[in-house]
Amino acid sequence: MRPFEYVRADDPAAAVALVSADPGAEYLAGGTTELDLVLKDGVLAPERLVDITRLPLRGITRADDTLRVGALVTMNELAADPTVSERVPFVSEALLAGASPQLRNMATIGGNLLQRTRCRYFRDPTVPVCNKRIPGSGCAAVRGPARMHAILGAGEHCIALHASDLCVALVALDTLVDIQGASGPRSVPLTRFYVLPGERPDVENVLQHGELITRIRIPLLPVGARSGYLKVRDRASYEFALTSAAAALLIEDGTVVRARLALGGVGTVPWRALEAEQILHGAPATGATFRAAARAALADPFTVAGTAFKVELAERSIVRILHAVSGVRP
Amino acid sequence: MSPGETSVDVTVRVNGAARRLRLDSRVTLLDALRDELDLTGTKKGCDQGACGACTVLLDGRRVLSCLTLAAQCEGREVTTIEGLAPDGRLHPMQEAFIRHDGFQCGYCTPGQIMSAVALLEEGRTGSDEEIREFMSGNLCRCGAYPNIVAAIRDVAGQGRE
Repeated sequence: MRPFEYVRADDPAAAVALVSADPGAEYLAGGTTELDLVLKDGVLAPERLVDITRLPLRGITRADDTLRVGALVTMNELAADPTVSERVPFVSEALLAGASPQLRNMATIGGNLLQRTRCRYFRDPTVPVCNKRIPGSGCAAVRGPARMHAILGAGEHCIALHASDLCVALVALDTLVDIQGASGPRSVPLTRFYVLPGERPDVENVLQHGELITRIRIPLLPVGARSGYLKVRDRASYEFALTSAAAALLIEDGTVVRARLALGGVGTVPWRALEAEQILHGAPATGATFRAAARAALADPFTVAGTAFKVELAERSIVRILHAVSGVRP
Repeated sequence: MSPGETSVDVTVRVNGAARRLRLDSRVTLLDALRDELDLTGTKKGCDQGACGACTVLLDGRRVLSCLTLAAQCEGREVTTIEGLAPDGRLHPMQEAFIRHDGFQCGYCTPGQIMSAVALLEEGRTGSDEEIREFMSGNLCRCGAYPNIVAAIRDVAGQGRE
């Protein structure tokens, strides 16, 4: 483990200027991704860590039908917010399905968006082949044993999974990401924040070096909409998803008026299932509709031997969460 | 701090007392507690955020000390298992773990007890199912889980009486 300089930032603009000007600098917030990869796995080797936890990026405020969440709000703080429980309850469900209580007291919302993949080939520097870690070196996961890997947005260059639960619900809601850069602020929808691996799996999102997530804006669901988050995993708790599904439905007189659906445990990025939503919109809220939507969501998977089971598991997860949220009996 | 400086001065309150430390910036809170302050009650299990053995309270909230830099704790309050019994009298949760035989080898126990104490504050002791879910970040390889749940249920029940 290489020594690094520790810098405590007390002003957002100064922190952004410092990191933007130094290719060897990285931000440190909750530490549950960064310190794991720097201290424990040795995957990252920054020369300087800029601790942003004292920046004034906390607090949750509501403005009309939008919830503004500071990037340094912790997972447990957001899960406990009364507006979240009332108007976007599946966000709270997804948060509480993730990590452990201790980690949720540490991990921040900004950091959750930027968490790195749990792909074992990425996290093991003794593996010489990983396009995400060493661009152009190849993908060991595609040829080796794989299980906790992606089947959507994946390809021969990378099948690393984005393991967030929270982001599945957030991407379903068209959440906005507010970013501060050296040349000013900008906002990016979460649906366009992540970049599919393609031929450059090392490029994971649209952030430039030094850009800092300062806040997210969560649009609340319309009154009367119902939502839910289903996580399927190998253990009852404290485990990453094999598959997960976040759904929000507004149903009037047996017809789906509005639908939002996103998937976890299957995507190289938090996966918005737009094809499935198109089938749901305006359709009768029935098991047949839900099954058709599930098939559409998984129409074009990229699987290897160890991940082929996820196609049917994800379809069944979608059908089950749509039944649960709609109240339509299977 | 001069550019490239890799040591850092930290003042942190540990179990009620201010402690001044000069550390390599890479030192975790866990290693600072054990190696610098001789507070070896906090245990190093996986040292990678997976097992919960290193759980301590930071400003009253339970966190993993193995994934926290000591430098990040400047001006903050840390409570370890030693801090639960400052005058030698056991905390009710410690007594309950003994009464219910909530451990076997004992290695995970300080982390289990710190989590259990936080659990009471969080109000997540409404049922055995809820206790299990919100204790899931603390692994016990001996499998003492049923007795750990019984100990927590016992203390939570005392609080309601």
